[in-house]
Amino acid sequence: MKNFIETCCNECWHTNENPCEQFVLCCTEGPLCHQNPECKVKFQNLNKELLYQKHDIPVIFIGMGTCGLASGAEKVKEAIEAELTKLNIEARIVPTGCIGFCAREVIVDIKVPNDKRVAYCEVTPKDIPELIKTAIIEKKILDRKFLGIHGEGDAGHISIDQVPFFKRQHKIVLEKCGIINPDSIDEYIANGGFKALDKALRIMTPETVVKEVKDSGLRGRGGGGFPTGMKWEIALKQKNDKKYIICNADEGDPGAFMDRSVLESDPYKMVEGIMIAAYAIGASSGYVYCRAEYPLAIKRILNAISKCKEYGLLGNNILGTDFSFELKIKKGAGAFVCGEETALIASIEGKRGMPKPRPPYPSISGLFNKPTVINNVETFANVTSIINKGAGWLNSIGTKASKGTKVFALSGNVKYSGLVEVPMGVTLREVVFDIAGGIPDGKEFKAVQIGGPSGGCLPESVMDTEIDYESLKSVGAMMGSGGFVIMDEDTCMVDVAKYFLNFIKDESCGKCVPCREGTKRLLEIIERIPTAYSEKTNKLEQLQRFKGIMHMQRLADVIKDTSLCGLGQTAPNPILSGLRYFREEYEEHLYERHCKAGVCKELLTYTIDNDICSGCGLCAKKCSVEAIVGDKKMPHYIVQEKCIKCGMCVETCRFEAITVN
Amino acid sequence: MLELTINNIKVKAEEGMTILDAAKSVGINIPTLCHMKDLFPTGACRICVVEVDGMRGLTPSCAYPVMEGMKVQTNTPRVRIARKTIVELLIENHPQDCLVCVRNKNCELQDLSETYNVREHRYCGEKKEHAIDISSASMERDPAKCILCGRCVRTCGEIQKIGAIDFTNRGFYSTVTTPYNIGLNVSDCILCGQCILVCPTAALREKSSSKEVMNAITDKKKFTVVQVAPAVRASIGEEYNLPLGTNATGQLVTGLKRLGFDRVFDTNFAADLTIMEEASELINRVSNGGTLPMFTSCCPGWVKYIEQNNPELLPHVSTCKSPHEMEGAVLKTYYAKKMGLKPEEIYVVSIMPCTVKKFESNRAELAIDKLQDVDAVLTTRELVRLFKAAGIDFNDLPEDKFDNPLGDSTGAAAIFGTSGGVMEAALRTAYFKLTGTELANLALEEVRGNDGLKSSTIDINGLEVRVAVVNGIGNVGPVLEEIKNGTSKYHFVEVMACPGGCINGGGQPIHQKPEKVKKRVQALYEIDSKMKNRRSHENESVQKLYKEFLIEPNSHVAHEVLHTTYVDRKKILSNK
Repeated sequence: MKNFIETCCNECWHTNENPCEQFVLCCTEGPLCHQNPECKVKFQNLNKELLYQKHDIPVIFIGMGTCGLASGAEKVKEAIEAELTKLNIEARIVPTGCIGFCAREVIVDIKVPNDKRVAYCEVTPKDIPELIKTAIIEKKILDRKFLGIHGEGDAGHISIDQVPFFKRQHKIVLEKCGIINPDSIDEYIANGGFKALDKALRIMTPETVVKEVKDSGLRGRGGGGFPTGMKWEIALKQKNDKKYIICNADEGDPGAFMDRSVLESDPYKMVEGIMIAAYAIGASSGYVYCRAEYPLAIKRILNAISKCKEYGLLGNNILGTDFSFELKIKKGAGAFVCGEETALIASIEGKRGMPKPRPPYPSISGLFNKPTVINNVETFANVTSIINKGAGWLNSIGTKASKGTKVFALSGNVKYSGLVEVPMGVTLREVVFDIAGGIPDGKEFKAVQIGGPSGGCLPESVMDTEIDYESLKSVGAMMGSGGFVIMDEDTCMVDVAKYFLNFIKDESCGKCVPCREGTKRLLEIIERIPTAYSEKTNKLEQLQRFKGIMHMQRLADVIKDTSLCGLGQTAPNPILSGLRYFREEYEEHLYERHCKAGVCKELLTYTIDNDICSGCGLCAKKCSVEAIVGDKKMPHYIVQEKCIKCGMCVETCRFEAITVN
Repeated sequence: MLELTINNIKVKAEEGMTILDAAKSVGINIPTLCHMKDLFPTGACRICVVEVDGMRGLTPSCAYPVMEGMKVQTNTPRVRIARKTIVELLIENHPQDCLVCVRNKNCELQDLSETYNVREHRYCGEKKEHAIDISSASMERDPAKCILCGRCVRTCGEIQKIGAIDFTNRGFYSTVTTPYNIGLNVSDCILCGQCILVCPTAALREKSSSKEVMNAITDKKKFTVVQVAPAVRASIGEEYNLPLGTNATGQLVTGLKRLGFDRVFDTNFAADLTIMEEASELINRVSNGGTLPMFTSCCPGWVKYIEQNNPELLPHVSTCKSPHEMEGAVLKTYYAKKMGLKPEEIYVVSIMPCTVKKFESNRAELAIDKLQDVDAVLTTRELVRLFKAAGIDFNDLPEDKFDNPLGDSTGAAAIFGTSGGVMEAALRTAYFKLTGTELANLALEEVRGNDGLKSSTIDINGLEVRVAVVNGIGNVGPVLEEIKNGTSKYHFVEVMACPGGCINGGGQPIHQKPEKVKKRVQALYEIDSKMKNRRSHENESVQKLYKEFLIEPNSHVAHEVLHTTYVDRKKILSNK
């Protein structure tokens, strides 16, 4: 037997056209339809192989998610292949997804027969000969690149779970990410996959599935945090010949890549979650709405769908029950607003992706006016574990109102960027300093931007806030989908607000007035703040700069109060949270026209220190606008009116005589 | 029934009603922009927001259903600031050229600005820039003035089912335009102008011909003749605050004479003539096995539609020119000869409730010896502007009568202006022609009214004539499908592109109240019912015209002067 779809002997009658009710259980405990010790061994061996418990040749796992590939995983793979050929070593190479530690990619795990799986990080093609020599030929650990041992550690070599980055994490959604081969349905099954679906179909009614999810306290992981079970319950109660399930994989926040990683690393977990949801509400069709910018994720979902069909896990009469379900993928064209559920529905319907007023809610009238449940990737991935382990299990993790875990995508000025899954209730400080290793280069922490572009920037003073839906809202941010951007002292908060607002303005669909016109005006107000003063500046512009500030709060409040969808309602958050926590910085820009972080170009002043300048004239030569004057061998001088703050002089000066502030 | 409070007033409302309607029922006005009665709310403009107890943000009252015990406030400082800000934001991205704008003093944005006391430019910045689309013969599109309420898009797509315009681009750069931003002239637009009627600003407007008309009037060498469509007389009074549904024919004639036209004729005359030709054509088709069903051809929007979308069905369309074109053709042939004028000396102006008529009057097929039958078309709105500029005050204007012979008409012609009217008029004459006796009951209630598709069967000498009336181009699809499938049971089908017929044409006074249209229709039926002659064949001037010039309906001369051909516009458009 090479895979589970093969029959062990003539007595097994399972085919995908005629699925066997016991298929899932049979895979891991089979055969169940007949008793044959030989067959039993066949099954056991296959399972052991798929779990990498039994293999004759070394197995080399390479993290080949998008982050791994971006770090050069493809080159590493080629180098490994070349080295293996060179040394005439037979080994198996298994591409995996992302284990979450994106900062230290390329991550390569090596498992030699009858030994533990050892993870190495920051592997480059140059390291390969040494790595293969040490790990495969000498069967030792290459300490230079050592990350951790999967399973228990030993003297001198810690378990990967004890690595600070992983230690505080609690992996439910990401459990198998980076561990298993995301393209192999057999590995997924051997790891307990589809057991939840099997349980739901065979021993649970739709009502009990909904109740289980409801009792677990699971809330939507896509941003709003609406109780998932409640959403399902409404859809279940609708009487309609057709219902839909949609998986929102249109992850559009800058700095968010949680869903992508799950799709690339463990797509079956999400597919199984979708199928359980479909069974629970009575849906016969489903869509995965995934942005076209995620080519690898799309490839993996398509593969997962076709494999599921092949194994009789998608299609008619799944596992011999009355449950029939088809799953399609719909590629999104990259509009941020299509993450909003009604806009997403419009997009699937072939219409312009614009939100619609609610009610009616999609659970009552959604896709093609049929009851539709939309959840995001992470939510569905949680469902599988809930059904397997029970509502009480998830309920025991997290805080009072926010249960379970949340995956965050750490990025920005932080030592270890990557994906982390933490239980609700962990503080922001723990995530930034304990898990992500704090700020690199000895810089000071300044803020963390959480919740995507329309989240908020939180300062040091609220870093002890526990991560849950309500606490984050109370400090002016939001859970959002899980973007977690960390900023150091060199970040200008006015500039950050400008960046996010510009994003929101570009991504506004243009339907409702406050978002379409308001975000543009808000951006213009912010853009006028870091402008330099000169005698030549138009008086009207000066007036507008101050007038804008006077009316900024009013405009932000109206946008928040009146916008049609979540995008607009949260659009002013970067500014509102900025004004709340970094007011002095705004005032400094406004009144003193000074940017402490040295980011706002127009407000910078370049000066040459007379004591240091040797008068070499190199800077004057390089200055493209001839703003630097001075006699040879005499200290030079910058004509401020001419200076365009390009910074070329600073780069040119060999004496560090030019200062910027 | 459920109960809620609005501004602390107890309100009883029916389930499913919106907050907006519930508020209206107790005299509380909430402004709207994107709202369209009977269509699913889009919630785009947010001007109708109200405060509802327990809701996080403000709630759009046009899109939110009432609930038991709901507490609504429509006039709190929060609501007022929100609405005012929305108006301010719209104004900031709108040209500040009210003084020279065609919709000055008839603009919803202007009204809102006044209502919310906007007195400063609070949020200045970039303004959108767009070229005006002047490509079509009938309409102009000025996207810079568009406030993106979407009413035109919905009218075109959901009511007319044309879908010639929609939103493109995103966010601040959103615009309403044609696919690929091509000119209206080469788009799917049929130029019906329904979008103009719903546009709150001047982003959509007719292409004005007033200058050409005034130049012709001033030109001593031109003999200027004007004709007025039936629907104009029933609506023009609205612009002078006359009671709704006032028949202002008498004042209209006086006004046109004072404007300087040499002759003032009535398109109703040609409507009677059309019936003579069309009824004969129908009888001919029915008795000689011609292509059936036969479609009416009075509505140029409909003609443009079928030419663009189903050219293969063009043989079904009557070859009769539309009434005002017939009038023009008769003026430049028969009348010119009678008056001793050269045809090119006559300048024919049509006052129409319609924007497509401008396009129609330019059609190469509607000319005799390359001389267009009609030289210029003015909409009702343009005429009102000319009257104002000429100091003609309708309220004190004495009544006058149309000039003759082309001013004489019957009741059948008057109802041409409303959906079902052409059908009714044609049947009255066809019945007489086939039986030699007059139809007893002249009011065919089955083809009157506001339904999208109306049908009836009339027994003429044992022959069951099955007729249908398509009210609004959006309802024509199924009828065409039936013909294509070979399952159509009709003999004769009237199609009017505008819902309600010409009376609600794209050139009519701009209003937002459906009851206005009802009153206009009533006025037309009243003109008919009060007429001595109510059948087209009773029109003595028409009879004389046949005797002196046309010989008989569908004669060779009649074909030369009164009938036309059509073109396959699908081919033309796909070659663009």
